[in-house]
Amino acid sequence: MSMLQLAPTLDTANGRSVGLQRVVVALTVAVLFAGGGFLLHTEEQGQVIALLAAFVALFALGEKLPAGRRVAALCVAHPGTVNLTAAVMVLAIAAALREEHYTLLMMATVALFATAAAGLTLQMAFAGVPNFAGAAFFAVGSYVAAVLGTSGIPHLLVLVIAGLAAAVLGLLLLLPVLRTRGHYAALVTIAFGLLLRSFLEVNDVLGGPQGMKVPSFSLFGLSFSRVTEIGPYDVSFYLPYALAGCFLFALAFAVVRRLEFSFAGVALDAVRSDEVSASVFGLSIARWKATAFLMGNALIGVAGALYGMMNAFVNPNSANFGDSLIMLSILVLGGLGNLWGAVVASVVILVIPEKLQAIQEFRLVIFALLVIAILRFRPSGLMPRVTRDFSSFAKEG
Amino acid sequence: MDPGLLAQYVFNGLMLGTIYAIVAVGFSLFFGVLDVIKFSHGDVVTVGAFSAFGAAGLVAAAVTLPGPLALALGLLAALGAGAASGMLIGRVLVLPLKNAPAVNVLLATLMAGTVLREVIRLGVPNGGNPKPFPALLPEGVLAAGSFSVGIDSVIILVAGIAVVVATHLVITRTRLGLAIRAVAQDGEVAQLAGISFSRTVLGTFALGSMLAGLAGLMLGLYYREINFNMGVLLGIIGFACAVVGGLGSLIGPILGGFLFAGIQTGVTVVLPFTSAYKDVVAFAVIILLIGLFPTGLIAEKSSERV
Repeated sequence: MSMLQLAPTLDTANGRSVGLQRVVVALTVAVLFAGGGFLLHTEEQGQVIALLAAFVALFALGEKLPAGRRVAALCVAHPGTVNLTAAVMVLAIAAALREEHYTLLMMATVALFATAAAGLTLQMAFAGVPNFAGAAFFAVGSYVAAVLGTSGIPHLLVLVIAGLAAAVLGLLLLLPVLRTRGHYAALVTIAFGLLLRSFLEVNDVLGGPQGMKVPSFSLFGLSFSRVTEIGPYDVSFYLPYALAGCFLFALAFAVVRRLEFSFAGVALDAVRSDEVSASVFGLSIARWKATAFLMGNALIGVAGALYGMMNAFVNPNSANFGDSLIMLSILVLGGLGNLWGAVVASVVILVIPEKLQAIQEFRLVIFALLVIAILRFRPSGLMPRVTRDFSSFAKEG
Repeated sequence: MDPGLLAQYVFNGLMLGTIYAIVAVGFSLFFGVLDVIKFSHGDVVTVGAFSAFGAAGLVAAAVTLPGPLALALGLLAALGAGAASGMLIGRVLVLPLKNAPAVNVLLATLMAGTVLREVIRLGVPNGGNPKPFPALLPEGVLAAGSFSVGIDSVIILVAGIAVVVATHLVITRTRLGLAIRAVAQDGEVAQLAGISFSRTVLGTFALGSMLAGLAGLMLGLYYREINFNMGVLLGIIGFACAVVGGLGSLIGPILGGFLFAGIQTGVTVVLPFTSAYKDVVAFAVIILLIGLFPTGLIAEKSSERV
């Protein structure tokens, strides 16, 4: 009897504290996103530097102080709240900055590169298949958009085809990638990236070195480049792209997260960390690696298609090795396997050099040194991947 | 086809093959002792080229030197700067990361290469543009029928082949070579036998990077032009040659180097109208060969490591 009486009080107390926790999480995420939005928008050097300093300080607090660590742990414990707050904040930022071309362009770029990073995460962080040709598959998506964009095929379908095309091209590499490991597989992808780029450069059908024009994305007959107002508000035509980019990232995020927390994620991790034991447990190494590689390329291709449509042109230079390295830097800097880390790293790598004119000339050196430092002293990245906690399943039996 | 023209192509192919082989041997040496790929190797080539350029240029501005002396100075600068940058990267980056996943080392050294490249671009006056390389070798042309070749090119080719042979002798006949081979077989046992692991590894880095510096000088002398990003493609090609030939062996990468140059030249000769596709074909063949022979054409003798 006493047990029965006790139970509800405990539950309500628990419920209240859970509610409080959710509020803390929501506030934290909201503050971080507001800061990020402000960083995207501000042009003043002093503000940019102050904002960066604030971010670094917040990050350090979250790492070093017990209270900070607790908040970080809460954010991990309430992913639903984090995601919801993030979505609301993205919409709010987009609404507040609806007329700013440049800010929205950058927002869309970050979202699309983060989507590509989600694809790379599947390949490298989960299955352990190196892909040093991210930019090449991204460019494949853009080229598909360029070729099919004017053919009358609905553009949503073009995005899907772009993903399929990138996956099919990846298929060509499948045999050498599966038969090799580590550096050898890396070399296969590097060689493919160079091959594709020189092919695009010398091939006149696809525009040669000048590249091709890409028609702007249109959704159910609504061309994104024609959008200038929504209801009573004037908006930039980059607004729909920013929203579409964020939506695409959300989709990729959901897919990758779902996969990570399903049996597939566990299988992929097993394949990566120990091939022999994984195959002893009946996992087909080749099948899992192939699945991750093809799915990852498909994601990269879709992101590339939308990126091409936003930029309105694509040339062989988009497939260059340096850009593939930038994608990998995003992955490593953020933390292999952590998609929020990839978002943060995309902002660091894509936005900060645009904002800090002083470092523009030195951006490559700075990134290179940053990535070296991360690999040397903190190989799990700024935001290390969080270990999955399946204990709740165990309790439920 | 005109035999003179064909000979010209063969000569060019041999030259390219020698340079590729010298770079690829470096990759193979590093992989042998430490099982890592040091991807900054291509940019060490650039460092060598620019050091020789700088040394020869600076001195020439102060005093007029006879050709051989300027060449010796450039050679010293290329070897020294190559060895120094290679050892530095080995010391601060590759050795500490030797237990990290292969891809991390790959990425870290790629980024180290980016640093070298950017330092050259930003540090050298007007570094973003190609630089004319001084002609340090004797002028003159050897001609036979429709085939003609510069004396300087012949010297470069002969010197390159001599260097490849010399490297082979260093590995097989000297104490350092013995230490390198011992560490490559088993680092721990080598240490038990009184070989300093880290010193041998650094020695290997010095040797391999000197080769890279030399390759830079050779490229500069041959093409008469150097560029801050000339090492990127060369590094990847060298890596590809080493992998296709067989990482860890010495003959493998040399074979790979001539194979790659042979494919590039062959495409140009056989299909002149598609010569723009020579890199496409060469890399496609590389991917195919890796797919068919994942351990390289000359496999590392892993059976001896049981």
